[in-house]
Amino acid sequence: MRRRALLKAGAAAGLLPLARPFVVSAWAEDTVKIGLDNPLTGVYAALGKNELIGCQLALEQINAKGGILGRQVELLVEDSTSGDAGTAVQKARKLIERDNVNFLLGNINSALAVAIAQVSNEKGVFHIVPGGHTDPVTGKDCHWNVFRVCNTTRMETNSISQVLFDKFGKKWYFLTPDYAFGHTLQEGFEAGLKKLGGTELGADLTPLGTTDFSPYLIKAQAASPDVIIFLQAGDDAVNALKQAVQFGLDKKFHIAGAQQELEVLEGLPPEARIGNWVFEWYWKQPGVAHLDEFVAAIRKTSGGKVPTARTWFGFTSTWSCALAAEAAKSLEPVKMAKAMQGLKLPPEVALMPNDPFYREGDNQLMPTLGMPSQRASRTPKTCSWSTSRSGASTRRCRSRTPGAR
Amino acid sequence: MTQLVLFNIFNGLIIGAFYALMALGLSLILNLSGVINFAHGGFLAIGAYIAYSLIPYVGFWGGLLLAPFLTAAIGIAVERVLIRRLYGRDPLYSLLLTFGLAFIFEDGTRYIWGAQSLPYQIPSWLQTSLSSELFFVTGYRVFMVLLVGVAVGALFVILNHTRLGIRIRAGTLDLETVSVLGVNVRILRNLNFGLGIYLAGLAGVLAAGMLGLQPTIGSSLLMPSFVAIIVGGLGSLPGTLLGGLLIGVASGLTTVFFPSASEAVIYVMMGLVLLIRPRGLLGEEGRF
Amino acid sequence: MNSRAKRAADIGVWVVLITMPYWMTLIGGYTELGSRVIVLGLAAMALNFLLGFTGVLSFGHAAYFGLSAYGVGMTIHYLVPSTPLAFLIGVTVGTAAAALIGPLIIRLRGVYFAMVTIAFGQVFYFIAFRWNSVTGGDDGLTGWRRVPIDLHFTTINILGNDKAFYYLALIVFAASAAVMAWLLRSPFGRTLLAIRENERRGRFLGIPVDRHIWMSWVISCFFVSVAGALYALLNNFIDPRALRWDQSGDFVIMAVLGGMRVFWGPLIGAAIFVVLQDYLSSQTENWMSLIGLFFVLVVLFFPRGVLGLVRRRAAS
Repeated sequence: MRRRALLKAGAAAGLLPLARPFVVSAWAEDTVKIGLDNPLTGVYAALGKNELIGCQLALEQINAKGGILGRQVELLVEDSTSGDAGTAVQKARKLIERDNVNFLLGNINSALAVAIAQVSNEKGVFHIVPGGHTDPVTGKDCHWNVFRVCNTTRMETNSISQVLFDKFGKKWYFLTPDYAFGHTLQEGFEAGLKKLGGTELGADLTPLGTTDFSPYLIKAQAASPDVIIFLQAGDDAVNALKQAVQFGLDKKFHIAGAQQELEVLEGLPPEARIGNWVFEWYWKQPGVAHLDEFVAAIRKTSGGKVPTARTWFGFTSTWSCALAAEAAKSLEPVKMAKAMQGLKLPPEVALMPNDPFYREGDNQLMPTLGMPSQRASRTPKTCSWSTSRSGASTRRCRSRTPGAR
Repeated sequence: MTQLVLFNIFNGLIIGAFYALMALGLSLILNLSGVINFAHGGFLAIGAYIAYSLIPYVGFWGGLLLAPFLTAAIGIAVERVLIRRLYGRDPLYSLLLTFGLAFIFEDGTRYIWGAQSLPYQIPSWLQTSLSSELFFVTGYRVFMVLLVGVAVGALFVILNHTRLGIRIRAGTLDLETVSVLGVNVRILRNLNFGLGIYLAGLAGVLAAGMLGLQPTIGSSLLMPSFVAIIVGGLGSLPGTLLGGLLIGVASGLTTVFFPSASEAVIYVMMGLVLLIRPRGLLGEEGRF
Repeated sequence: MNSRAKRAADIGVWVVLITMPYWMTLIGGYTELGSRVIVLGLAAMALNFLLGFTGVLSFGHAAYFGLSAYGVGMTIHYLVPSTPLAFLIGVTVGTAAAALIGPLIIRLRGVYFAMVTIAFGQVFYFIAFRWNSVTGGDDGLTGWRRVPIDLHFTTINILGNDKAFYYLALIVFAASAAVMAWLLRSPFGRTLLAIRENERRGRFLGIPVDRHIWMSWVISCFFVSVAGALYALLNNFIDPRALRWDQSGDFVIMAVLGGMRVFWGPLIGAAIFVVLQDYLSSQTENWMSLIGLFFVLVVLFFPRGVLGLVRRRAAS
């Protein structure tokens, strides 16, 4: 008897919330909507959280300055999960179809970013990928409506190859995560290595989610290279580096790689924070305008933590939406996409030296990459910046913005 | 090449010991209560996080000592409130319930400690390799194997020389008769569950030293544990131990010759065992 | 439940499904959500053919679901951009794999059967994962989409028009459900029920149990392949995750949630699961705790599932 009542009550309560969105969207007709389809759970949860914080700060700033084209802006957040493409695609469709977002942002997971890009292209919605790195997003799978803030893998490898070759040696061994991101990073490094005249002693493909890297590290040690290149990202990187340091490999060989993130370093015990990496963005850059205000603002909302590259990705992509609309004086995706070609980021958004801009033709943001060298310490001390504008990807983007209607 | 192979076998045994620890806890619970505990990975994560929180107060060793007990306490509470109601029903239900629990644990740990990977500190003297040749034999790994050995030894002593242990063993063979003989089966199952979760908590604390500490730490270790149990044989604890070691070695060896398959090989092994000798290497016929 | 009430329920379900795109938006949903419910509901019902009606638990159904989906994607991407052909190839691939594996595993029961289905599922998952050049690996197979169906006198634009795709999925679903229902009502279906209730007794009665279980397995995997093909078309994307054991776990959960012993149970379970997850994950980032709590409550208090409860009330 009690169970039935419980069931009935539950059913009634369950139907009620479904009605709510309808009610909400009725009065929220007037706002400009940005939809964020990013992981909030699973392996990439920490990265997604930071991108969200960046988005929210940008939103505050945009609304304080009067919004986009005079209208206030709203951010709709959906959890794409860290690996379920079906859910990510479904959420993208939900944001576009039901919530009528003017802009779509996402995804950290490269595969999901590509999947969502197909949806946004199908529906013709302006889409920015804040932190999905795989080359095809602005390469062979590019679309006129999809832009990207973070680097391509080729840009990262180009920027650091020379430094590694000159400083540490010619013989490299690769530990590559076995998915497109890892493969393209390795290809990029191999191309650079060949040009410089070095040798690749070996490469191992490590499955995503490997917890124990010891067999691979044993093989790397046996090959005796000058540099061991770790291409893992996220938790794989934490595991790999932790174990490499425990094995004492950092004392025998140089450890380096392409992209590194503060989130990974924070997860490592201090003695494991070593190596030479590329940072896409860093919170301490002497002489860069507006950076201190940004760091202070983020510290306030995140309980004292400093912004990471992910925070900046979220911040920049949200601001880019506003900039595109202002430049095009319209919210029409085609006009905005055209306005984005060659768009330069103003200093308060760029937060890095040498104005970054969106490259014409493949919609890729061209930033400045930094290579601080890490010694076992809490934060990197030295920072040498080098611009990387070559970014010649293997398959050029062939999309064209449709003619303005 | 032979050195590479030998190293990988050696290393595989080390990692296998860790898998065995986790699988043993799972096996204990499965044998006596017939519960397929999909939340085992979640308990592992909880153990790791509790240890992390305790370290500032009681240090690494205090954390290692206390965290598994606290985790076991949580396990005992969970059994009393939730799992107890499922005895006698199809094992499918315990599977689904623990599946739901796993969700709650993962989200709970993320909510309490954050999604960010946390830096787990192990004592510096444990971090160095024992020798330059055998560089992968770090102090920590040796310590881990020793600890697993102690745990297995203690388990053996408990199961063979204490009243509780003898009752558990009798219970796995015929719980009804044990109950008729006057043993309080409810408490027996409860304590058995707690014992299994203690092992999960211990595995968690050990894992935190090797792997990154974040909410999903347990989920990737869950399936290999099931594989270890099946390969070794359902119902046999020595079998589970053997199973764990075997999958550690198999994984390591496959990495040398065919790295792409290093994760799939344990499933191939499980498939082969199930097709050729379903009861596993050391299992008894007709257990399930 | 008497047959009049049953027929009323059946008609009710069909009315709801056919009119879905029209009332879905009114309650804050969207057409794709409905399509997703139909596709996953079909997969859960296919699994339930084996689980609820034959009494055999499989945790590896996602393997055939995913294989079929890859078949569809790879056909459109590499061979011919034709939806019907892709559909056919996908379903054939999934069913063939199941038919081949069936004889190997048929002797096992209980948890052994479940684990061996996981083993095969994981092997297929790793093949899809590692064979990057063909399957796209972890990034998934992209660069293709469902192709509008050309019927010579008209073109059904299932790509641009969500409603069109929904009705196509519904037609396929209806056909599958009809066949499954017919099979369950037939003597073959009755035999399966007998096997579920007491396998040993069935053997004593002379029923060739293994052969029946194999047939039930193949039929169940056939329909899950159909669902998989629709899934690929729904997303215009397929990645290895669709093959993993946790996807299989989702199907089992849907079947139990809705009621394993009731024909429409898994569909209701899928509806609840998909809508709940969709709704909760929009509201809070702690949706996993809520879903987990929901499972726990269902298992503890409503083990017969939602429809099982309704049935009991109607019978009492």
